Amino acid sequence: MNQAPIPTLPLGRRISRWFGRNIIRIYAVFGFTYLFIPVLYTFAFSFNNAGKSNLTWRGFTWSNWTNPCGAPEVCSALGNSIKIGLIATTVATIMGTLIAFAIGRHRFRGRTTTNLLIFLPMATPEVVLGASLLAMFLAFRINPGFWPTVIAHVMFSISFVVVTVKARIASLDPRLEQAAMDLYANEMETFKRVTLPLVMPGIAGAALLAFSLSFDDFIITNFNSGTLVTFPKFVYISAARGIPAQANVIGSSMFFLALFIVIAGQLVNRKKVR
Amino acid sequence: MAFLQAAATRATSFTGKKGRLPYLLLAPGLFWLFAFFVLPILNLAATSTQTPVVGGDTGQFVQTFRLANYIDAFNASREQFARSFIYATLATLLALAISYPLAYAIAFRSGKFKNFLLVLVVAPFFVSFLLRTVAWKQILGESGFVVPTLRALHIIGPQTTLTASALAVVTGMTYNFLPFMTLPLYASLERIDPRTLEASNDLYANGVTTFRKVTLPLSMPGVVAGTLLTFIPAAGDYVNAAILGNPNTTMLGNVIDSRFFRIVDYPTAAALSFMLMAAILILVTVYIRKSGTDELV
Repeated sequence: MNQAPIPTLPLGRRISRWFGRNIIRIYAVFGFTYLFIPVLYTFAFSFNNAGKSNLTWRGFTWSNWTNPCGAPEVCSALGNSIKIGLIATTVATIMGTLIAFAIGRHRFRGRTTTNLLIFLPMATPEVVLGASLLAMFLAFRINPGFWPTVIAHVMFSISFVVVTVKARIASLDPRLEQAAMDLYANEMETFKRVTLPLVMPGIAGAALLAFSLSFDDFIITNFNSGTLVTFPKFVYISAARGIPAQANVIGSSMFFLALFIVIAGQLVNRKKVR
Repeated sequence: MAFLQAAATRATSFTGKKGRLPYLLLAPGLFWLFAFFVLPILNLAATSTQTPVVGGDTGQFVQTFRLANYIDAFNASREQFARSFIYATLATLLALAISYPLAYAIAFRSGKFKNFLLVLVVAPFFVSFLLRTVAWKQILGESGFVVPTLRALHIIGPQTTLTASALAVVTGMTYNFLPFMTLPLYASLERIDPRTLEASNDLYANGVTTFRKVTLPLSMPGVVAGTLLTFIPAAGDYVNAAILGNPNTTMLGNVIDSRFFRIVDYPTAAALSFMLMAAILILVTVYIRKSGTDELV
């Protein structure tokens, strides 16, 4: 449809049309600038020859990137975050996917309660989730640490896995499964060869989401990890006395890694669609 | 975003089998949520009415069902309560103001770059939450570019600083929770059939009228979902206040944190947590009712 302004249109209309069409783009450019300023800062300061405090610019260096574990504790914190993230993601993705299939593919009593139980953890502030879990661990004389943190991460990730996978299941065309059944596939075969491959992108997306939630979590982790230091906790603790530039290296790497995974995922998806 | 899509399409694909299988599928996950979400919340309710053991050590409490704990806790941190809700509201409104045009631009004005721009919106949030917050401290700090620029333009005086202020806390919160606003908005805007906008145009509505009478009402589910997903974490947040604020900008999360770890006063921390959760749930329920969308759950 061609919407070019007709020359006889009154000036007011023309301005409002121009407004409608271009101001939004200008605004979007400002929006993206705002979004990326902290990223650029983090990235730029990963090249800072910082020494102890990475607050002011002291000259360019590659050394933080060539020696990312140079600062004490930074790599062990990163290692802890990755370990917790991988275990929690695996458990939460399996449990959440099973729930999503139950909700998306079956009729059962207690649906409303199930949906509520899935929704509530997402509507509860993290500080409450963290504090309540810690209070219970303490009541049972369980010391906070690695496994309590894993338990907590699984707990808050499940709901996000469920909604992500459920959305994918709901968007499937039921005729594909019917076709498989018409071609004499039994229920198990249909599930294995039709349903599961179709839902797989949703499960992969849910796992990525769960991992990034776990990796980036600070509040719940801070309550339940005791003396264990994760990467976000490392940043928080060192914020007071200056964060080593190596933390910026790790933050920037995570940014590029995630960007790569997302873009690669989209390209793979597009190929499959064709 | 996901809940909305799920809710919208839920009715369409239902093969509806019955039997024991669904319960087997539900069991592990629901057990986990029961053991590590429901039980802790119930335990928290119990803790909130405990009192210190007379003559006991720090951290020893006894169940006395003292409901006055709530009144004491509330009175002791009224300011932080108010601040949590004011800052969260401000951050939510700012995030809406920033996200709506952004989501609109991506949904309607980005052509073939749509997916790429969507990735760009989410990408900044792959840099750790804590690092982003610290980055804002640098940006708004003395050595950042904002303060010198504003001083050169005489917008702020030579003595005024931006860090360690309510402004910095709200800025940080707005930024940190932005994708929770942008993604649901985008999801609902993207679903609007462009023909409805054309129809409005054909009926002689100008851009503003079309927006007010067609686009905005159709995007309401996204606005509701986005404001909730932003407001809830913002109201409970204490990281922004801890890193970007000063002692006069502490929020309820900071109090809960310090009651737990520094003062070792579990009952007060529990009572405050409960009040925060209750306040948020009430607000959310009223808000969902008022806005007439039940699509969230």
